[in-house]
Amino acid sequence: MTKPIILIVEDEADIRRFVRMALEKEGMTVFEAPTAEQGRIDAATRKPNLAIIDLGLPDGDGKTMIREVRCWSTVPIVVLSAREQESEKVEALNAGADDYLVKPFGVPELLARVRAQLRRSSIVSGSDSASSRLRFGNVAVDLATYEVRRSNAEVHLTPNEFRLLAALIRGHGKVLTHRQLLLEVWGPGCAEHSHYVRVCMAQLRQKLEENPSQPKHLITELQVGYRLSGLTVDAEVAPDRPS
Amino acid sequence: MKGKNLVTERRPDPEQLLKTVSKELKQNGRGRLKIFFGACPGVGKTYAMLLAARQQFEEGVHVAVGIIETHGRPETKRLLGGLPQLPLRSIDYKGYVLQDFNLDAALSSGSDLVLVDELAHTNPTGSRHDKRSGDVEELLAAGIDVYTTLNVQHLESVADIVSGIIGIRLREKVPDKIFDNANEVVLIDLPPDDLLARLDAGKVYIPTSIQHARHHFFRKGNLIALRELALRRVADRVNVDVRTYRLSKSVEKVWPTRERLMVCVAAGESQQPLIAEGARLAQRLQAACLVVHVQRSSESEADLEILSSLARQADALEVEFLNVTGDDVAEALLECAHANNVTKVVLGYGKRRWYRPRRFHLTESIARANPGLGILLVATKPTSQDTTPFRWRNNSDVSLRSLIITTAACASTVFIAEGLSKYFDPANLLALFILTVVVVSLRLGRTAAVWGALLSVACFDFFFIPPYLSFAMSDTQYIFTFTLILVIALVASEVGSRLRADARSARIGERRESTIARMAHDLSGALRFEQIVDICMETIAPLFEAKVALILPDSNGRLHSGGRGGFEDLSVAQWAYDHVQRAGRGTDTLSAAETLYLPLRAPMQCRGILAIQPRNWKLIEKSDDKRLLEAYCSSIALALERIHFAEVAQDTLVRMEGERLRNSLLSAVSHDLRTPLTAIRGLAETLEQTPDLSESNRTEVASAIRHQAEGLQSVVTNLLDLARMQSTGIRLNKEWHSLGEIVGSALSRLDYELAQRSVRADLPNDLPFLEVDASLIERVLVNLVDNALKYTPQEAKILIGAKAVGDSIYFFVEDNGPGLPPGNSEQLFEPFVRGQKESAISGVGLGLALCRSIIGAHGGTIRAEAVRPSGTRFEVRLPLGIAPKVEEKVGV
Repeated sequence: MTKPIILIVEDEADIRRFVRMALEKEGMTVFEAPTAEQGRIDAATRKPNLAIIDLGLPDGDGKTMIREVRCWSTVPIVVLSAREQESEKVEALNAGADDYLVKPFGVPELLARVRAQLRRSSIVSGSDSASSRLRFGNVAVDLATYEVRRSNAEVHLTPNEFRLLAALIRGHGKVLTHRQLLLEVWGPGCAEHSHYVRVCMAQLRQKLEENPSQPKHLITELQVGYRLSGLTVDAEVAPDRPS
Repeated sequence: MKGKNLVTERRPDPEQLLKTVSKELKQNGRGRLKIFFGACPGVGKTYAMLLAARQQFEEGVHVAVGIIETHGRPETKRLLGGLPQLPLRSIDYKGYVLQDFNLDAALSSGSDLVLVDELAHTNPTGSRHDKRSGDVEELLAAGIDVYTTLNVQHLESVADIVSGIIGIRLREKVPDKIFDNANEVVLIDLPPDDLLARLDAGKVYIPTSIQHARHHFFRKGNLIALRELALRRVADRVNVDVRTYRLSKSVEKVWPTRERLMVCVAAGESQQPLIAEGARLAQRLQAACLVVHVQRSSESEADLEILSSLARQADALEVEFLNVTGDDVAEALLECAHANNVTKVVLGYGKRRWYRPRRFHLTESIARANPGLGILLVATKPTSQDTTPFRWRNNSDVSLRSLIITTAACASTVFIAEGLSKYFDPANLLALFILTVVVVSLRLGRTAAVWGALLSVACFDFFFIPPYLSFAMSDTQYIFTFTLILVIALVASEVGSRLRADARSARIGERRESTIARMAHDLSGALRFEQIVDICMETIAPLFEAKVALILPDSNGRLHSGGRGGFEDLSVAQWAYDHVQRAGRGTDTLSAAETLYLPLRAPMQCRGILAIQPRNWKLIEKSDDKRLLEAYCSSIALALERIHFAEVAQDTLVRMEGERLRNSLLSAVSHDLRTPLTAIRGLAETLEQTPDLSESNRTEVASAIRHQAEGLQSVVTNLLDLARMQSTGIRLNKEWHSLGEIVGSALSRLDYELAQRSVRADLPNDLPFLEVDASLIERVLVNLVDNALKYTPQEAKILIGAKAVGDSIYFFVEDNGPGLPPGNSEQLFEPFVRGQKESAISGVGLGLALCRSIIGAHGGTIRAEAVRPSGTRFEVRLPLGIAPKVEEKVGV
């Protein structure tokens, strides 16, 4: 595998420095851009595998930049935000960002997110992405047959629960905002009823998680949305399921 | 002279001084009014005004001509040339197009001085003010100086004298207060001969009208009288000016005692000169004046109308009008005089008539009862209206029903008498008829009484007096009997109607008293503006059978309709509010409006507008009701002001509390921020300056830096949350959440700290959803768990649980650590209190205070309690709402 190329757009030099050091230690190539202007140029010329973009840039809004990049690229984007910018976080995600990190963040957390996004993009762009059989934890899902099994026992999901699960699987590793999920599962008429998602998610957790109050896979991003983590493509087990 | 010898230094009468001060205050920001005053048309007022204006214009003052009536005089026209003129307003009036003064153009012209000719002019219907004087008043209020002209005959107080002189009733009058309050009055005087010469020379009117004018208005006698009036009026004014000046300079005490004049009027047209005379007298004497009418139970509708016109006149003369009730006029007047410290009484002295001997008695009885009271008699001339000799006391008692009842009563008496006639004499039977008449008279009024008397007499004569069944009478003594019955009937009916009227007026009075009392009581308990609005609606609306709306201003002084009325015109209301004057129907301003707008005047400022639209305008126009309404207005205004200040006080209190909190916060924060910062800096410098540090030491230092930074982060997070809650006034971003999700999120946030600890979340699966601000509740949980982690040893267990009971949800964070320090557990939730003083554990003691304010903002409670055998439990109660339904989409 070639070295992944990471672009970091952040105005604070010290943050750039430690992120760069951490990522380079992991064997990645890092390009730094202190402004949105420079970031746009680098995003086009360096062809990064992942971009880390700060929301508060001196010469422009990070959200605008994300929207522009999304016009021509599917590169995973991780957003850096301060805690007060909760609504901005949601807007950035709606604009097309894949994940976010709240300042202050630690190096391990940063690396975990970056790795997850890189993995996700490799699954999505990989050859076996057409597979409809997937797995997370002890849950196996077949998107084609609408079958869900937990520890090999069949789990019955309502249509909405299945649609929600499918939406999370499609965007796995990515933070999906309430709004995005509502649009995908309930359609455009219900975009304001974010409690629909929460109710449905609570039911889904009851059925699929071992400890619903401390979920391992159906992760809550409070006030923002949900994320599915730990998804793998279930290629070899699927054809003849052991009984 | 005496005064000078006695005292060298005199202090002015405080009451007067107050008046002077308030007059000066009133001038602040107000335009100055200069009146060019003359005895009659043609003396050159307009000319003088234009001359003065030109002078100002040449000095660079922004002068604008509002309206000038040149009457075709060439020299006036010449002067007018060169002065900037404001556009006139065209009004379509009954097919004619009238040109009139354009108030809005004057207000928006930005001029410093506006010329407005003919102050007494009456505006065409549909104008904002009925009189041009209203326009001028508004200009002055807007800070614009005004030059205007006025003839003496248009002054309210002398109008009736003038009409006596020239023999024409004048319609256009100007209230004296405008004249008296003007900053300057310039008398334009011209001897009558000169004036007549000017008239003849065609300088006053165009030649065709000269002859007509010469024979009517411009007779020499008229001119001399008018000139004298004008001179005297100006002299009076100058006299007042001198006194005011002396007063303000404390030169000398001018009035040893205050005179108070009381003008007593009856309900009659002839009383108008009486009021004018009284006001004039009062002005000369520099005395306060009030006009009193004694309302007896017997006033008719027409009387009430005259009364209200008298009240209006009194209003225009700036004289207080009182309507007192009482059947004995003299007694009521004396009582009123006593209550108001009256020193002189002005009575009208009309021609005595046979049916009204009261006048003489009145003077005498007042003089006898209170010899100290000065009595001034003013001759009044009765007008045609007053000469109706005899009026029905109460027209409403003539009804067909009462006559039918009377007839029936007489018929039944005849039957009873017929039955008894075998046993009793006719004289005894007569008593039966008298009884009937008395009963009928007492209950059914005068008409029925007379009818009953006649009928009884006829029946008695017809059936019981020989010759029977004929009206012929054999004995003349029965004529006396019949007369007697008639008299009894009249007396009884009089007594009855009086009793009824008394009862009625007492009832009305009682109703009013009780509504005022109730309203005062209700208002005193009102805490919010909406409550006051409700009280107004409930009290005033039924009393006046009216639509009522309370229009309150916002912080910028713009009025906003409460949305309840819908009938009110906000622009009129805004005018009334801005000028603190009544407007709308029945007033001088915007009288075309359907609704009356009353300003709610409170001591500090106008607090809003009461709009009232009664179904029957007569109900409001009576002076009694006007006063009642005013009483309501002032109590509403006071209540509004009280609430306003209560809010201000509340705000101040909150701000003070915030200030206190901020101060203690600062001192605590500076400690908790500086400590980790010092450590971080020191450790980082160690790394920097010691290159030969061993690998293990280096790791140790780095992890210490990280640890300190994390402590710092938690302090900063709490601080930011607190700041956010204070700056937005705890605006909650409430949505429906499951508690499990929030707990999960809180635990994942504490992931690192929880690594070596035992924390268990044990939530029931069927927990209902909560409408909360999730990130704040998460903050509460993080703080509670963090606390438990900090203050318990490594091996202690932490449990998070929840249950729904009734309409609340309880969740708790429990540990089996050493438990709370002894003492009041409530104190823990105060900001900057810690269980252990000055411990090494970081945290400002903000955590629990923040928890409590977050939970409080959600309408819940938080408390700490000890757990047996050892440990602490923090329990939070939050109210449960009704969770919204979730629509399940059908089909896959």
